[in-house]
Amino acid sequence: MIKLVNVHMEFKKEKILKNINLEVKKGEVLAVIGASGSGKSTLLRLMIGLLRPTKGEIWVNGTEISKLNENQLDKIRLRMGMVFQYSALFDSMSVGENVAFGLREHSNLSESEIAEKVREKLKLVDLEGYEHHMPNELSGGMKKRVSLARAIAFEPDIVLYDEPSAGLDPIMTAKIDGLIVNTQKVLGVTSVVVTHHMESAFSIADRIAMIHEGEIIAIGNVDDIKNSDNPIVRDFINGSKGKTKEDQG
Amino acid sequence: MQNNSKLIFTIIHFNICACGGDNAMMVGYLEKIGRSVLELLEHLGAVMMLIYETICQLKHPPNIKHIIGQMAHLGVDSLPIVTLTILFTGMVITLQTAHEFIKYGAQSTVGGIVAISMGRELAPVLTGVVAAGRVGAAITAEISTMKVTEQIDALKVMATNPVGYLVVPRLIACMIMLPLLVIFADVIGTFGGYLVAVFYSDINSVTYIQSINNFMVVHDVTGGLIKSIFFGAIIAIIGCYKGLNAANGAVGVGKATTGSVVGSIIIIFVLNCFLSLILYR
Repeated sequence: MIKLVNVHMEFKKEKILKNINLEVKKGEVLAVIGASGSGKSTLLRLMIGLLRPTKGEIWVNGTEISKLNENQLDKIRLRMGMVFQYSALFDSMSVGENVAFGLREHSNLSESEIAEKVREKLKLVDLEGYEHHMPNELSGGMKKRVSLARAIAFEPDIVLYDEPSAGLDPIMTAKIDGLIVNTQKVLGVTSVVVTHHMESAFSIADRIAMIHEGEIIAIGNVDDIKNSDNPIVRDFINGSKGKTKEDQG
Repeated sequence: MQNNSKLIFTIIHFNICACGGDNAMMVGYLEKIGRSVLELLEHLGAVMMLIYETICQLKHPPNIKHIIGQMAHLGVDSLPIVTLTILFTGMVITLQTAHEFIKYGAQSTVGGIVAISMGRELAPVLTGVVAAGRVGAAITAEISTMKVTEQIDALKVMATNPVGYLVVPRLIACMIMLPLLVIFADVIGTFGGYLVAVFYSDINSVTYIQSINNFMVVHDVTGGLIKSIFFGAIIAIIGCYKGLNAANGAVGVGKATTGSVVGSIIIIFVLNCFLSLILYR
């Protein structure tokens, strides 16, 4: 479904990603974990063509996308959706218009069909009846859910999530995690979730890949990662669980 | 003349020596100049690329609803500020010219002078400057906020070209609305002049209107309108360019907005000079 082959990424001569080889299988939820600044979000942006790799190949649905022009990329992107870290809702549009955006731009559906689709997707994220609200009237968690509804409105094959639980309370984090799993089950989409919340990663992922200083240092199913011998992975998992005052001495 | 040149060179030489004759300092200055020139050329190249991309996007049928929305937002909403600026400018121009012209018995030319200066220069340039401040700033602030909040990336992810979606409607709206605003400004400015001429400078209203008929030709207005189409394009392109290339954060939005207004105004003044040379020689 998505395959990265020897991908390198540099910004102003600073190496962000080094020799990344990664495959995301059809229908799975892959969680990409790692500390802030480790290159997780860059990886996600490479997968959807928002960034071009310095070196290497990125295959999406059997097409190598790193050398495509924007028009060719748009055809690939129509089969993908993305939930941004800060939701990235269009603040001049209502919730309904945000969700309907892709449908209005790229489909020949009538307004009533679009309204029906919008209602259906908002129901899926538990926000039925919020069509006429503006983004600034919503909480952070609600914005994330609208962003998810917008990402799945065009019924994509792949959904990418950039820190979906960043800045949310534990209850809302659990709700978003539930929605990610539900979306994968209901729509059968392939999901890549970038997160540094280990509990989220353990609860939603089929497989987990850990990035450290631009390199994938561990990949496997949840148990593989939980039982990893790699000290960096162990430190990250334990650090994420949170040490008590007593633990810290 | 030769002595003056020698004196200037001596002063420069003395200054270099006074600074320790330090070559490193000179190199430093030259590097700074070089860097600024490179930066300027880089911006120029990027603006050209944006213009090219915008032209390419014009192949796709534009969204009429967006264009009308932008025309209302960028054009109609600018009417009050354009009215105020041009009305008072027309009044002041008449105030200054009428007083002098009456002294020489040339009051029958005041109306023509005001109308011609309005049509050729004042209305297009002042409307352009006002629009750069109001419309250009609004365009840049909106697009740069979209940029820093990842909304531009969201457009791309949803297979929507940001240039086609954001730049094209604004460019078309500005290129249509600015000439309309200038026509309005021509009338308002000349009317402002009429008010001062008739009620303050005691020029007969028939004389004022007759003067416009005698001196003004259609090209005085059309030339100004042609200029305003270019000014509208500059305001939209520079506003969008600065917005699309804003640095992250609130500071980035502020800098982009200021840069857009200053850049547009400078280009409008420079371009106005060249357009006047071409249109009115």
